[in-house]
Amino acid sequence: MLCSSAVLLTATACGGGNDSSASGGDENTITWWHNSNNEPGRGYYEQVAEDFEAENPGVEVEVVAMAHEDMVDRLEAAFQSGDLPDVYMERGGGELADHVEAGLVRDLSQEADETIEKLGGTVSGWQVDGQTYALPFSLGVVGFWYNTELFEQAGITEPPATMEELYTVIDKLKAAGITPLSVGAGDKWPAAHYWYYTALRSCGQDVLEDAVTSLDFTDECFVQAGEVLEELLATEPFNPGFLTTPAQGGATSASGLLATEQVAMELAGHWEPGVMQGLTENGEGLGENTGWFAFPEVEGGEGDPDAQLGGGDAWAVSTEAPDASVDLVEYLLSDEVQQGFAENDMGLPTNPAATDAVSDPALAQLLEVRDAAPYIQLYFDTAFGASIGGAMNDAIALVFAGQATPEDVVDATMQAAELEK
Amino acid sequence: MTRVTAAPAATDPGAAVTRGADARRVTGRRRGGKRRQRLEILLFVTPALVLMATFVIYPVFSAARMSFYRWKGFGPMVDFVGLENYLRVLADDVFTDAVMHNFVIVFASILVQLPLGLALALLLNRRIRGRGLLRTIIFVPYVLAEVIAGVVWFQLLQPRTGVLERMLSSVGIPVPEQGFLGTPDLALATVFVVLTWKYLGLAVLLFLAGLQGVPDELHEAAQLDGASWWQVQRRIAIPLIAPTIRTWIFLSMIGSLQLFDMVWILTGGGPANATTTMATYLISMGTQRSNYGIAGAASVVLFLIGFAMAVAYQFLVLRRDTRADA
Repeated sequence: MLCSSAVLLTATACGGGNDSSASGGDENTITWWHNSNNEPGRGYYEQVAEDFEAENPGVEVEVVAMAHEDMVDRLEAAFQSGDLPDVYMERGGGELADHVEAGLVRDLSQEADETIEKLGGTVSGWQVDGQTYALPFSLGVVGFWYNTELFEQAGITEPPATMEELYTVIDKLKAAGITPLSVGAGDKWPAAHYWYYTALRSCGQDVLEDAVTSLDFTDECFVQAGEVLEELLATEPFNPGFLTTPAQGGATSASGLLATEQVAMELAGHWEPGVMQGLTENGEGLGENTGWFAFPEVEGGEGDPDAQLGGGDAWAVSTEAPDASVDLVEYLLSDEVQQGFAENDMGLPTNPAATDAVSDPALAQLLEVRDAAPYIQLYFDTAFGASIGGAMNDAIALVFAGQATPEDVVDATMQAAELEK
Repeated sequence: MTRVTAAPAATDPGAAVTRGADARRVTGRRRGGKRRQRLEILLFVTPALVLMATFVIYPVFSAARMSFYRWKGFGPMVDFVGLENYLRVLADDVFTDAVMHNFVIVFASILVQLPLGLALALLLNRRIRGRGLLRTIIFVPYVLAEVIAGVVWFQLLQPRTGVLERMLSSVGIPVPEQGFLGTPDLALATVFVVLTWKYLGLAVLLFLAGLQGVPDELHEAAQLDGASWWQVQRRIAIPLIAPTIRTWIFLSMIGSLQLFDMVWILTGGGPANATTTMATYLISMGTQRSNYGIAGAASVVLFLIGFAMAVAYQFLVLRRDTRADA
């Protein structure tokens, strides 16, 4: 009785599993998961899928749009079960490398070689051992978003270009009674971005590239990065309670504080205007008062002041997907689709032909900086994978709390890396 | 005639046979009844057992299995590492601190919520005006979903913008620069205050229910003998609800060991790991960092601590109550 019920239950569970199977099992149906869950993005992707179906008779695209967090959760479950959608998003770095090692992702190097060539250096974050496994469709860089009006109030005319100038800006803002910066250190990664940048400015490109592959952080410059960060922390620039402030949720989050004019600046990625729009009643965020400047130069640092920290999203094809999926991904990166993507402000296009289609002035400026950058360093936590990245972020958050030294960050990262080898 | 006379004689053994058959049928029925009873038990217990096996026993075993492997959450589980994950967990300061935080909450709950809950229950057991309303007010926080209560308190406790800070500073009580949740030394205490607000209602409710069961005659008799109200409570009411108190301590202990939701919402385990619990450690190691082996080992440790405490408490404290029942 118990057995038969158990069997029955498993059988139903299995049946249910098959019904909702992500990859459909059909050679002519492509399942595509994306996170553009709001208009105009959602409608635009519906249209793109229809256009693709019209051009490829017999192929059917099943578009599944969902909120970002839902997609991340469902993808994680899909990776565990091995039952992946045909076309899905990869963030690159260590995470992708793990998926590749587990044999879940299709190598696109040969099949999509023309598109890869067109995208140029931007695909490097999605390469493992020289092979390309996903094609980035949006790539942004992190920088300071600021409130131009509050800057004016404090008598600041020029955004800072060096750390010294940033400290002056912080002093002026404080003198005018304005909290200079918000940071969502409760979520850890927003705090970690500061260290990533001070490392990027303190270490040469060759040192960084070497560290990402060898996981060796013994170079002096990584400790210097922490020391620069401590200098910044000594100016006490952050919103009260920043150690538990979340990154993006609600008016008291780091983004919320910038959007509601409680602070003057926040270090964040290209998503920030969109997030702020969602956090304000009129849906405009800071509107016309939105300004952006790149992370300042660290005096005496080995790093290139024009190098940027960034990351993005890429379309990947799962191993078991029908061949037409590769065509869909290539179509998604075509001039035409990327231009529409840019016009709808869905992200920062990677196809050079679509660059001019970005209409938002702050985003256009960011794009200019991105394209002028000698190289773009993928967020360290993404590059190293969740385990090492998480240990690194934890240690950096402790530096923010005054409970860890610059050496501790290096030690914690090396220790976590040791366990991966 | 002979037939007729013989008839009763014939009926007798017949009757005996019938009786025997009856008796057999009765025992048969009894045996059938037993089988039926077993079937019934099986029928009623099976769904619960299947659910238990699927959602409790299987996950426990799967976590235990995971704890012996290095596994990132996908692909085959092949990298057997023996007890390495356990060594890593036990050597991790964040985890040992988390265990300590759990025990701080366990003991603080008993030391603070027990006297407070008992005092309120004794008070609300008296005939005072607005008793029903007061009882409701004290019980309402317990009814609120933990997540909602957490979000409300999170907003109240915000530095600068939070209501609580303005209230406190307007009566001259100094507030910490980084807020109550943002200051590592105060965060755990703050979480405990919120937990007390949330769970005091349950203690009061249980104790009140216990007090209702104390017969009025005992009160009257004691009063006739000249006992004061305090003496009645101390010598009669509290000893009589001791089994209820012991049960509450058990529930509170297990709840404190499993503490997750409130911490996750108020602080996420921060600032600077000042409020991590074993459960938040599991989440950050497992789903956030994809170190499922380590999370598995930590969950086994949590399970063993909880299990050991539950068994010890049953054996040392609750046994008295169950024996009294029998």
